[in-house]
Amino acid sequence: MKLTLVTGLTGLLLLGTIVELLRRRQLREKYGMLWLAVLIIVIPLSLFPRLLDNVAELLGVASGVSLVLFLGIVFLLLVCVHLSWEVSALEEETRTLAEDFALLRAEINADRAARDELVSTDG
Amino acid sequence: MVNGKRTLIIIPALNESGSIADVVGEVRGELPGVDVLVVDDGSTDRTAAVAAAAGAKVAKLPYNLGVGGAMRLGYRYARDHDYEVAIQIDADGQHDPRYVPKLVDLLDDNDLVIGARFAGEGDYMVRGPRRWAMVMLSAVLSRVAHTKLTDTTSGFRAANRRVIEMFATWYPAEYLGDTVETLVHTARRGYRIRQVPVAMRKRMAGTPSHSPARAMIYLGRAFAVLTLALIRR
Repeated sequence: MKLTLVTGLTGLLLLGTIVELLRRRQLREKYGMLWLAVLIIVIPLSLFPRLLDNVAELLGVASGVSLVLFLGIVFLLLVCVHLSWEVSALEEETRTLAEDFALLRAEINADRAARDELVSTDG
Repeated sequence: MVNGKRTLIIIPALNESGSIADVVGEVRGELPGVDVLVVDDGSTDRTAAVAAAAGAKVAKLPYNLGVGGAMRLGYRYARDHDYEVAIQIDADGQHDPRYVPKLVDLLDDNDLVIGARFAGEGDYMVRGPRRWAMVMLSAVLSRVAHTKLTDTTSGFRAANRRVIEMFATWYPAEYLGDTVETLVHTARRGYRIRQVPVAMRKRMAGTPSHSPARAMIYLGRAFAVLTLALIRR
């Protein structure tokens, strides 16, 4: 009974945190929704750990709890890979931005130099 | 202009305020009428200002992107300003600009020309794992490019208009991407690659990395980069 209490409370605490982060716009919806969906699945499981025992037996896993643990790790790995992918895309975007910025700055400096030359030959 | 072609020399530079003025000055002295673009790769010293004072055009990146990032910027500049030939030269003074006309000559029949060390001229030598890496890269890339390539990591290169346009939109920013991966990509797309023997000089400033451990790591990374480049589209 104690374990159920600990896991259940942890789930609820996480839920509160995610909702609060979303409310303060500290978390993009696409990520917030993902974590909310996970918590909605996990919280009932933490309260009734035997829920998955039938599925576990079907797959040859000793208990529903181990199944949850395994799926949890797989899920976290997938999330990490996804984040690396997103960071790679972001890096490419910032790289292009930096190049654009450098090109524009070079252009402005060239224009300014040309104008200064015009002024000096006029005067 | 080199051999009647509008030519841009691209020099990627990171904290090279010590040598950049000499390199720019030498290029402008040896190759009159050629434009020089120094791409300042987020230097924290006065590289950009020194290069501009020496008569180069300067594009300054807001932060460090690595050689590959700086080079794509250079090729974008070459494309946007309608240069027919773009030549990359290192900022440390290793590449002798007197070879540039020789490189450009070969662009009539080729798309990318590499100034190669260890191809007869000069006495540049390496040993150990670093040498094995170079031998492996040369063997594989020579096959891919259907031509003899002995110095695939040379940063002394001349590109014609077609390759400029490709490099302006596609240029890897990662380790060895600027040398090894660009060669694989270029060869795969049917562009003709050739190398020209050049004598390589001692760098004017800075030191190369030479511990055995680092050389082994270099070999490993070179192998990984090459494999990735070969299986990429």
